[in-house]
Amino acid sequence: MLVVLIAVLLALAIVGPAYSEPTGYLALLRRAAPLMILAIGQYFVIVSGGFDLSVGSLVTAVVVIAARLIDGQESLTFPVIILLLAFGAGVGLVNGIITTRLLVPSFIVTFGMLLILEGAVFLWTGGAPRGALSETFRAFGRKGFEDVPVIGQLPYSVLVLLAVTVAAVVAMRSGWGRTLVAVGDNETAVHLAGGRVWQLRTTAFVLSGLLAAVAGILAGGFGGVSAQVGQGYEFQAITAVVLGGVLLGGGRGSVVAAMFGALTLEALFALLTLLGVPRTLESLIQGVIIIAAVAYAANSAGWRDRFRRTDLGVAIADPSVAPVDAIASPTDVQRTAPARPSHPTERQFPADSKEQG
Amino acid sequence: MTTPPARRPVVGRVDFSNPTHSVYAALAAILVSGSILVALQGGVYLDSAGVLSILSDSTALGLVAIGQTIVILCRSLDLSVALLIGLCSLVAAEIMDGRTSMVVPAIVATLAVAALVGLANGLIITKLRVNAFIATLGMALILRGLLEARYTGPAGDTPLSFQQVGYTRIGPIPVSALIVLALAAATWWYLTQSRAGYHVYAVGGSPEIARLSGVRTDRTIISAHVLCSLAAGITGLYFAARLDSGSPFVGTDGAYDLQSIAAVVLGGTLLAGGRGGIVGTIGGVLILASLDTLFDDLGVNPFFKDVVRGVVIIVAVAIYARRAVDPRRRVERSPAEAGAAP
Repeated sequence: MLVVLIAVLLALAIVGPAYSEPTGYLALLRRAAPLMILAIGQYFVIVSGGFDLSVGSLVTAVVVIAARLIDGQESLTFPVIILLLAFGAGVGLVNGIITTRLLVPSFIVTFGMLLILEGAVFLWTGGAPRGALSETFRAFGRKGFEDVPVIGQLPYSVLVLLAVTVAAVVAMRSGWGRTLVAVGDNETAVHLAGGRVWQLRTTAFVLSGLLAAVAGILAGGFGGVSAQVGQGYEFQAITAVVLGGVLLGGGRGSVVAAMFGALTLEALFALLTLLGVPRTLESLIQGVIIIAAVAYAANSAGWRDRFRRTDLGVAIADPSVAPVDAIASPTDVQRTAPARPSHPTERQFPADSKEQG
Repeated sequence: MTTPPARRPVVGRVDFSNPTHSVYAALAAILVSGSILVALQGGVYLDSAGVLSILSDSTALGLVAIGQTIVILCRSLDLSVALLIGLCSLVAAEIMDGRTSMVVPAIVATLAVAALVGLANGLIITKLRVNAFIATLGMALILRGLLEARYTGPAGDTPLSFQQVGYTRIGPIPVSALIVLALAAATWWYLTQSRAGYHVYAVGGSPEIARLSGVRTDRTIISAHVLCSLAAGITGLYFAARLDSGSPFVGTDGAYDLQSIAAVVLGGTLLAGGRGGIVGTIGGVLILASLDTLFDDLGVNPFFKDVVRGVVIIVAVAIYARRAVDPRRRVERSPAEAGAAP
């Protein structure tokens, strides 16, 4: 299924003059890095059964706060970066705690957090972002190691992306990662087996927030300061995860798959821009992609068990069961056996069905 | 195996374990404490201007929330309402184009567009078997794309005759609020007294069992989504009347998608569907509108209002998620599972 990604990349090469050399692709990678990192964070949350809709406004908040605090002074760069990372993790922590302990469905919590962050940011800046980023800060998103053979410039953002990816893959292959996937699959089972469900899910949210802060730092460096920096990023990230999970993982998702989903999305948009399709249609295409991807997953043979007819799919918390915050509601009582045996190393796409009783 | 019924927290004649009672109790509490707070600042909360403000805010939100109630009751969700409102306001305003003669065709066209979107949502969810969250999210993105491609700001022109609908009042009560009340009553009748409405509850309670009992689940869900989108369409018409033109992002600016869901949940309808109703939803709408007016009265910074709105929604759902226990599920769980719940 990497075919689609490769096809898009090839099409880019044909259509755009910039893509006949590696530097063109590298520029694409640099531009896509924030989204890819966001997709990794979103993957952690989705695979454990939730959604994080606050990442877009978190990215905006990070950029705006950075500009205001740094205000051009180089010496403040690193302390502010540390602060921003802590801020991102903190927001994720709040999201996670409210979802898991207060049993509020994650999409409501994170949507509410989106409003809160937007409002708070505007409140603090009085409506328009002020201040400026330092050169050092911007370097993260913009610069890289120069004069590298073959590719010219190796952007720092790509290095950060690689580091995050490696860390994420290692994490997912660890016991923690596999239990996280299990949580998304069947929370009750994990709980009965002794896993600390709420801690796992909260950690997923913390990671999502942290990575959103990282993505914000890169995006701010690359794109500059504005109130629209992060707009729509959360939906792009979700689309990327869904796309990656379906196209690349054979119906299941892995961290790498989510990342490639993000890359495919960005490459697709680049291709469309080159073809002259207006940017404003991006949302429309995204919407179609996200529906098509999930429809494909829901209707292909191996998945009929997972996405059953009855799973109308509401992200809810059903408080009478052990804290469930799933993409679909717990369904009928008659299903007593798991739809298919879970091999511990299988990368599972966020499962919809929850066993009941 | 049933657990013995808990001691019901009844104070006087208000039964706090009944979400519908408690939402109106909460509303009363907010109105009372709001009046005190505003009086301390030297103003009057519930004067005719205040009541008018609350009712006006409630009108748009109430319309959307009515539709959202039906959809949530059958265990689905509609995240596309905010953008649909914008689209419908534009369709209406542009077709009317300032001419009274075009009012009726515009209304027909707007409702047709709304119904189509609802039909699409319903079909994607039932036939393509896409998750409601993703399906309506995708639809929202598609609508956003369409709007962003064609419009950068308000467009169209509503004739004065139609604007009347938005502004006429009988005493302190806007006519539009009465229209909403009438729609709410009609929906209440539909949900509680008609067979189709009963099916909505059935599908929400357990789609599989409903299907096995002969209920056409697909049809029920599709019609629920069509009704919800029609409600959003009517809301669009309302905004066209109030704003003198159509506005593409009037729905998203007011976060009507999240607010409508919050109003429904506040009103005691379970997000899992199957329980709840319109009466509670109206209470939830009134609460959110009262809080909005209260903050305006207290002179709260509008950006801060956004922050508080987000917090209120989360807190409200948190309170209700803990409390809204579904006895059906209790029965179906084994004692072992019941003991394992943290």
